[in-house]
Amino acid sequence: MSRATRSILLGVALAALLLISVTFAITIGPAHITPVDVWGSVLHHLGFGHSPLSLLRDGIVWQLRLPRVLTAAAVGAGLALSGAVMQALTRNPLADPYLLGLSSGASLGAVAVLLLGVAILLPLAAFLGAILALGLTLLLASSLGRITPSRTVLAGIAVSSLAAAVTSLVIFWTVTGDSYREILGWLLGSLAGARWPAVGIGFAAILIAGLPIILSGRILDAFAFGDTAATSLGINVPGARWTLLAATALLTGAMVSVSGSIGFVGLILPHAIRLLVGPRHRPLLPLSAIVGAIFLIWADTAARSLFDPRELPVGIVTAIIGAPVFALLLTRRRSAT
Amino acid sequence: MSAADAAAAGLDARRIDLRINGRLIVDGVDCTVAAGTFSALIGPNGAGKSTLLRVLAAVDRPEAGTVRFGPDDLFALSRRQRARLVGFVEQDSGTELSLSVREVVALGRIPHQGFFGDATAEDHTVIESALDAADVRALAERDVTTLSGGERQRVLLARALAQQPRLLVLDEPSNHLDIAAQLAVLGLLRSLASSGVTVLAALHDLNLASAYCDHVIVLRNGVVFAAGPTAEIITPRLVRAVYGVRATVLEHPQTGRPMVAFGPLA
Repeated sequence: MSRATRSILLGVALAALLLISVTFAITIGPAHITPVDVWGSVLHHLGFGHSPLSLLRDGIVWQLRLPRVLTAAAVGAGLALSGAVMQALTRNPLADPYLLGLSSGASLGAVAVLLLGVAILLPLAAFLGAILALGLTLLLASSLGRITPSRTVLAGIAVSSLAAAVTSLVIFWTVTGDSYREILGWLLGSLAGARWPAVGIGFAAILIAGLPIILSGRILDAFAFGDTAATSLGINVPGARWTLLAATALLTGAMVSVSGSIGFVGLILPHAIRLLVGPRHRPLLPLSAIVGAIFLIWADTAARSLFDPRELPVGIVTAIIGAPVFALLLTRRRSAT
Repeated sequence: MSAADAAAAGLDARRIDLRINGRLIVDGVDCTVAAGTFSALIGPNGAGKSTLLRVLAAVDRPEAGTVRFGPDDLFALSRRQRARLVGFVEQDSGTELSLSVREVVALGRIPHQGFFGDATAEDHTVIESALDAADVRALAERDVTTLSGGERQRVLLARALAQQPRLLVLDEPSNHLDIAAQLAVLGLLRSLASSGVTVLAALHDLNLASAYCDHVIVLRNGVVFAAGPTAEIITPRLVRAVYGVRATVLEHPQTGRPMVAFGPLA
């Protein structure tokens, strides 16, 4: 079977699996709800028929679990897409969407507004933090000379460390009692607070930034042999690079603003998909998005149900799964080269 | 000059200047490569060969000067038009991605395809004939990251050929290859020139340049030191002046082409 046929079959199968995952993840939790109840409730709220559930349990589906699962899907898809783009643009298959200081910048912005007591501005502050950090990273990288992937990565590490240090300083000086737990949960990555506004932010980001990225597969392919090769294939290299970086910053910033920083999704998933369908970006990007959505739905379901009634930050779950997989990928790479 | 003359004129670069970090690397270079011929760009390390080639391949825009190919000013064309006219093979270019050889060659179709990059029947035909022309059909399903240096060089050449270029520019295409692979690549360039493609390659090996190229352009310190038909340019005087090395130029016993024998450093 050719790689192309396999990609299409895999895409159809994964899309079905995503729908099933959304349905079943909603049924899991202390209140007993069946898959039929889930769809009954959803159809009722879309204006078809009556909800099979009591008002309270219908609220659990429509107000709590459904928005949380949909947010997990959007965040997972967004992070996986961002990861795939960063890996292509830095020509480093183990690059991360947080590589260019995006996550630490977003965290700094978020922590700042949480402490100022204006939590309503959190998404905006996280997004601005991410953009500022990205800008600082690229400024630093260009001041070192021509912007190269390795310079960009090194500059990203410097900016990340700085933003993380300032975040720690702010927390150390100002945080007391209750807000500490809230901020810690957010820094570790959590979907506990995800309601319909989070779904809105997540899906808007997918629509505005994610879809254009998914459609740019052929352009990212042209970067396989570096900037010069892309130029000689007729690609506007600076234009494509800046547009895609900005889209990635928007996507990551939006996701961090609703969920905190959740590691390893963007790092691991595109790599795993590459093993299945090869490195061409036209299949890689949409498949990464779907698998990212499925993965984060189940990671978050585990995070909220494993130690019920206590909840884990989902970032801990993805790290516990992701770190060993990452180590495995590293050793595979060593044996390959 | 009539349009027909211009179309036959090949590559024509005038008064090219390019600075890197404030230093003038290419200084007022004029050079031409006649259509359907194979020219070598030679010169010592640091002469500015790679920098000049990137300009002639329309990858880097020069600070001053024009690069024309036939009737077209290359830098006045759109990026896509340029990419359909000029193919460029870099020195030691590689990838981390486990693309198959056929997928790498298919990248050469990007300038001919729409935004969504759907491959047409014509694309497939061109890809297959590029695989044949560069003699990499047997490697078509192989992972490009596992190839030897010589195999990869031929694959990158096939990618450039899939662009269906009228001008092909190569930076040290025989670098790091064993002698059989060097002869294979240069023989291929020779036959491409015979089929009408204008070929310009930076080469270090004066004997390879002598054996395969119609013309030689000699670059030293960013200026053209000499240029002309191979037999007129490759002389003991020139080798001494450009490289500071004593050499005798012999006639190849089989081909009759010039052959350089180097003396020890004085």
